[in-house]
Amino acid sequence: MQKSWRRRFHLPAVIGTIPMILVAVGVFVIGIGFSVLWSFTSSKLFPTYDFVGLAQYRRLWADSRWLVSVNNIWFFGLMSITCNMVFGYLLAVFMDQRIRQEDLFRSIFLYPFAMSLIVTGLVWQWVLDPNLGLQEALRNLGWSSFSFAPLVDANTAIYALVVAGIWQGSGVTMAILLAGLRGVDEEIWKAAKVDGIPTWRTHLSIVAPMMKGAFATAFVLQCVSVVRVYDLVIAMTGGGPGIATSMPAVYVIQLITVRQNVGQGMAAATMMLLPVLVVLAFSGIVIWRRNRLGGAEA
Amino acid sequence: MTAAQITATQPIQNALDQAAAGPYGAKPRHVSAGRIGLYAFLIVAALFFLIPVYIMIVTSLKGMPEIRLGHLFNLPGEPTFQPWLDAWLHACTGRDCNGLSPGFYNSVKITLPSVAISIICASINGYALTFWPYKGANLLFGLLVFGAFVPYQVVIYPLIIGLSSVGLFATLPGIIIVHTIFGMPILTLLFRNFYAALPVELFKAARVDGAGFWRIFFHIMLPMSVPITVVAIILQVTGIWNDFLFGVVFAGRSNWPMTVQLNNIVNTTTGVREYNVNMAATILTAAVPLLIYFISGRWFVRGIAAGAVKG
Amino acid sequence: MAENGTSVSIQDLSLSFGAVPVLHTLNLDVAEGEFIVLLGPSGCGKSTLLNCVAGLLDISEGRIFIKGKNVTWEEPKDRGIGMVFQSYALYPQMTVEKNLSFGLRVAGIPKDEIAKRIARAAEILQIEPLLQRKPAALSGGQRQRVAIGRALVRDVDVFLFDEPLSNLDAKLRSELRVEIKLLHRKLQNTMIYVTHDQIEAMTLADRIAVMKGGVIQQLDAPQTIYNRPVNRFVAGFLGSPAMNFIEGQLEGGTPAAFKTGDVSISLDRYAFDGAVNGSGACVLGIRPEHVVFGEAANSMPFATDAAVEIVEPMGSDTLVWTKLGGRNFSFRVEAEKTLRNGDPVRIGFDPARASLFDAQSGNRM
Repeated sequence: MQKSWRRRFHLPAVIGTIPMILVAVGVFVIGIGFSVLWSFTSSKLFPTYDFVGLAQYRRLWADSRWLVSVNNIWFFGLMSITCNMVFGYLLAVFMDQRIRQEDLFRSIFLYPFAMSLIVTGLVWQWVLDPNLGLQEALRNLGWSSFSFAPLVDANTAIYALVVAGIWQGSGVTMAILLAGLRGVDEEIWKAAKVDGIPTWRTHLSIVAPMMKGAFATAFVLQCVSVVRVYDLVIAMTGGGPGIATSMPAVYVIQLITVRQNVGQGMAAATMMLLPVLVVLAFSGIVIWRRNRLGGAEA
Repeated sequence: MTAAQITATQPIQNALDQAAAGPYGAKPRHVSAGRIGLYAFLIVAALFFLIPVYIMIVTSLKGMPEIRLGHLFNLPGEPTFQPWLDAWLHACTGRDCNGLSPGFYNSVKITLPSVAISIICASINGYALTFWPYKGANLLFGLLVFGAFVPYQVVIYPLIIGLSSVGLFATLPGIIIVHTIFGMPILTLLFRNFYAALPVELFKAARVDGAGFWRIFFHIMLPMSVPITVVAIILQVTGIWNDFLFGVVFAGRSNWPMTVQLNNIVNTTTGVREYNVNMAATILTAAVPLLIYFISGRWFVRGIAAGAVKG
Repeated sequence: MAENGTSVSIQDLSLSFGAVPVLHTLNLDVAEGEFIVLLGPSGCGKSTLLNCVAGLLDISEGRIFIKGKNVTWEEPKDRGIGMVFQSYALYPQMTVEKNLSFGLRVAGIPKDEIAKRIARAAEILQIEPLLQRKPAALSGGQRQRVAIGRALVRDVDVFLFDEPLSNLDAKLRSELRVEIKLLHRKLQNTMIYVTHDQIEAMTLADRIAVMKGGVIQQLDAPQTIYNRPVNRFVAGFLGSPAMNFIEGQLEGGTPAAFKTGDVSISLDRYAFDGAVNGSGACVLGIRPEHVVFGEAANSMPFATDAAVEIVEPMGSDTLVWTKLGGRNFSFRVEAEKTLRNGDPVRIGFDPARASLFDAQSGNRM
């Protein structure tokens, strides 16, 4: 191995990375270990080591609030990721048509991402306020039968969250996919034109498959933000009406702060971790296999 | 002697005469339906992104009586900056009526040290991982990257317990530590990728010249890291300023950042809702990251892209 | 060369990007079955010209005819052209076969016809074993062959090559050069080939168009361009090792003479372009291989003594540097001749093989 000279043990390197060691091991291994450990105990406000087996998990999955939260996160995740990708991709494709004022449009599409999710949530809470927001404004303009107040209806409140999520995040998807589009070899476009392939067909059959990396990046970014969605819910609906827009992230925080039920909260947190672990393991295997194949080829 | 003279032969002249009626020059550009549709889509999309902020701004400049009329889109009839003053100085969160300004100063106190410390740590990490990997360093890095994907909720409670056991829970240093921890995965990745893209000969040459770990870092790597540091600063300032969850959990009531104060002002259930004050407060909270966004322009996009490319 | 008509005719073509002019009133007629090479340094407009012919760039002024049809406003696919790109531009997620057939399928050509064309192209290019592979699993040379195949299956009369060999290493490049030449002989169709490599140009072309600054400097057979360059740029761009340029004065009279330092060269045998008008500053160009040395030099119209300064052995021959009229001057000798630094040599050449350029305009005199 040519790199062997780098493999020696250098004390300054270890000293310099002590913070990293502490964080990687102390927080992401030991911390998570304790979370999982406490999920098997009857901890209330403070952690105890009174092990109760899977009792917390049984109670968790019997709690309607948790069940609603899990349903919500799937629904919200599916909806917002799909809409985000489709909308973001359309924006990227349209932005790539040598349009005038590209920088202006880019700034407009992207600026909500610079703002806090709290701000986003409050803005949309206001716009969708039935008495003073969009509904009232359009009624005042003469459309008296107009009815659009998703936030007060338990069945529709989650759609409002999706809309706010798209407003905040689709600009980023656009930026990533646009970078991917611009990264495609210009001669591919030329070749497709000489071949007489219509533009939309070139996009779907040739260019989109070449942007796998950009799509994956945008997708991962979306997934991470969906799992972590907390601020948006708190600012926009507070989990309501009732428990209609509760999410696992909100549920866990409520359990460990307001409801002082750490054991069950940790069980819920562990459940949140599981899908992430599965996805990470899966992508790890894919990357490992690709590296192996790539290595064999080269 | 020009090109035309070299090649303008009789056959060309003949062909020219014959085909004088044929298409010539640039293809006439007609404004196609597709082009109109393209701009229509972009403009409608732009309105979708702009209208909420337009509503916020006009509402923040109206008095409450005017707001109750419900003309959401109208420009303010009698523009007033009173809501902005109220938002800054007098808006109430529960019993305190000091406005957002304490939150602003808290956010500054939290953000500045957090950004500085997390970037210093991350640049050393990235440098060590790239040029001085020791046994197990890559495993540590893998754990750190894993941390970038972990739901915060899994780590929050152990951190609460850990920080309270050393007396830092609900203190300024406590929240700074928390931001440093959660900024580390992405930033380390950012710096590692940056250093890995530098020519390794640079490092080898410095080693041959007899420089050690710290000397190479401070004299060679750090001066070259300006662009990535700018990206990291943009990423961190906006990220930490916009944070709500860590602020509300770890900062403690006296250190609550602006986002927490804002949410408390707006979502407080007691008293009359002063929408204009709420809107002004919201704009004030968004002002700092928006300012950074508009100043940094393309750097911001680069920051997102760099932060998004995980591994 | 089958001289039965004009295949591609470019008339008064101009192109500007915004206010920046790229091509200036270009005229070029390509005969049926001719192999034309557009040669020039990067930024000379040669690729731009090719893209205009392909219809990938909209021109500002002028007309383009292909096979007698005015295609100035036609889409690329309707122009009857196939194109091969520098980066191959293969569709990465499709197999070689799909790459070849994709355009045909989109055009709605019947399946058996597609299969027939692919079989033919695969046979000509010897890529049959590669048909089910993806581009990532091919070598550079194989990829370029597939790219040529994609132009081949379009069954067109005109092939456009945009620096097709630039991404390959030197050895592969010379192999594929020969293959392209064989392909042209087999297919007998018109080819327009863009390159910055003079060897590709010299070996492949029926005629070379040397371009600079968006203007064709000279359009001629390779030998003519090499031996009678119309200006100093063309003379310097072609030939390796490069032509010797000696600055001096033209002295009128009969015979006219070229003077530099204390050397005077009679231009008795030089064929002037037009009449010699008076005296003036000029540049004499002579290719290193047109210089002889030793005994043979004495039989030349011009001969002089010089001293060897540097010897550069190149394997097949050796380049020797010396001074003429106080300026660096190189000549080529067979590899077997052993000359050493400081050796005195007798060198000479025939001014009839030299080129004389006006110092001001650079044009051939």
